[in-house]
Amino acid sequence: MTFWLPVWTLVQRDLIRFWREKARVVGYVGSPLIFWVLIGSGFGNLAFFFPGALVLTVMFSAVFSTMSLIEDRREGFLLSMLVSPAPRSSVVLGKILGSAALAWFQGLLFLCFVPLAGYAPGAAGVLEAAGIIFLTSFAFTVLGFLLAWQMDSTQGFHAVMNLVLLPLWLVSGSLFSMTGAHGWVRWLMRANPLSYSVAALRGALEQKAVAGMPAVSTSVAVTAAFAAVLFLASVVAANRKTVRSFA
Amino acid sequence: MIVSVENVIFLYGERPALAGVSFEVRENEIFGVLGPNGGGKSTLFKILATMLPPRSGSARIAGFDVDRQSSEVRRRIGVVFQSQSLDRKLTVAENLRAQGQLFGLRGHKLTCRGNEVLERLGLATRRDDLVDSLSGGLRRRVEIAKGLLHEPSVLLMDEPSTGLDPGARRELWAYIEELRRSQGVTVLLTTHILDEADRCDRILLVHNGKVVTEGAPSELKARIGGDVVVLEVAGDPAVVREEILRRFGASATLVNGSLRVEIGNGHRFIAEVVEAFPGVVQSVALHKPTLEDVFLDETGVRLE
Repeated sequence: MTFWLPVWTLVQRDLIRFWREKARVVGYVGSPLIFWVLIGSGFGNLAFFFPGALVLTVMFSAVFSTMSLIEDRREGFLLSMLVSPAPRSSVVLGKILGSAALAWFQGLLFLCFVPLAGYAPGAAGVLEAAGIIFLTSFAFTVLGFLLAWQMDSTQGFHAVMNLVLLPLWLVSGSLFSMTGAHGWVRWLMRANPLSYSVAALRGALEQKAVAGMPAVSTSVAVTAAFAAVLFLASVVAANRKTVRSFA
Repeated sequence: MIVSVENVIFLYGERPALAGVSFEVRENEIFGVLGPNGGGKSTLFKILATMLPPRSGSARIAGFDVDRQSSEVRRRIGVVFQSQSLDRKLTVAENLRAQGQLFGLRGHKLTCRGNEVLERLGLATRRDDLVDSLSGGLRRRVEIAKGLLHEPSVLLMDEPSTGLDPGARRELWAYIEELRRSQGVTVLLTTHILDEADRCDRILLVHNGKVVTEGAPSELKARIGGDVVVLEVAGDPAVVREEILRRFGASATLVNGSLRVEIGNGHRFIAEVVEAFPGVVQSVALHKPTLEDVFLDETGVRLE
């Protein structure tokens, strides 16, 4: 049994589905776009709020598209994947890469607005940003996958989204910078993996390191390490043959 | 034996879903597992489909252990789920392609196999339809096509007729029988529908996680012999039961308020019993034994 054929199968499936439900793009790209325009214009600083809004798009898209796993598992497509001889790890990777590709695509769509934000990153900066957006998409998708794998209901998923993910985004340097933060919030920002995604993206667009944060390359490395650890955890979780995963 | 299950036990928490189930299925047989919902059928299905490991005991398909050699087993079984395992946002052909690729099929071989199963199941003209737009009967057919794509030697089906109208049900069975004849496939299905069980070569009756009995439907029914008469009586049925035993030497069982008597010559018994209890017998029904009667006889409870 080849490893990559099932991976490609699942990615392809997500791409086809996405193409047939184009309305989703409006939701995931649209609302962060409105946030960005309103908050950015209100503070008179469209540039500052741009990277954070882009990361929010990616987060919405990645996390909500992995939510489909809950229904997929209960009945549907996942069942037949799990009784096929395809290796579990390739099923997991396929599912994650599919959702990550969609999140990435929507992040890139948001990136098209970069001239309006007043950045001029040049071709190299745009490529760098595209790479960082992919890593961030991947990390969020894996996080979504891990959550969805443990959960029985989509309600629980919304609760985690509101109680954990949105607050993480608030203290990621999206709304205020590390240097302007007070006391314990600053420590929270430093510990928040999301801060490094935002910092890397901001750094790529400005073509210089962000004040109070490590160099772009270090931020990228932290994001990559975060994604890798979560991915390993997902494979371990999916390999367990339990009553719950088939309930 | 293409499927052999030996003393399989499975617990959900403390509750035993299967309490030591054993049976064997012969090659090219249509084998049914019949029982009420919640009796352990679905758990058994999940174990055979390599989705759950048995707590103890063993289940083998084509000589491979479903738990320890799941990937060998998965190559040899086609699984048709009761719930939809199709992606409704994809077309029939896209669903099949995805399934084939999960089994390592690709290119020309995949296209050929896909066309073949679509043709066989009469879906050739529907290949580019979205699954969402198909009727329940057609969807079940696509499920079967999907299960057959990798040429399995055993087809496992969970409640294949549930949710289908009588027409679709008849069609489905025509396909199942055709498959067995022309492809040499062994079919193992679970059901709680008597009609469906009657069409199997052999059935296994399961109740409360245990095997009640097994055999060919005709053979099981012949064990009861004669006729089954069901009487509804005015007053206390227990009193009437005593009377029937005393006068006719026939033992009646009380099921849902009516009296059920298994007896050699039903016609004569009816005439006599109506005569014997004037005004007491409210209604009489006579039928040849069904699998429901077999189940009732063995367990004391109704199947449905």
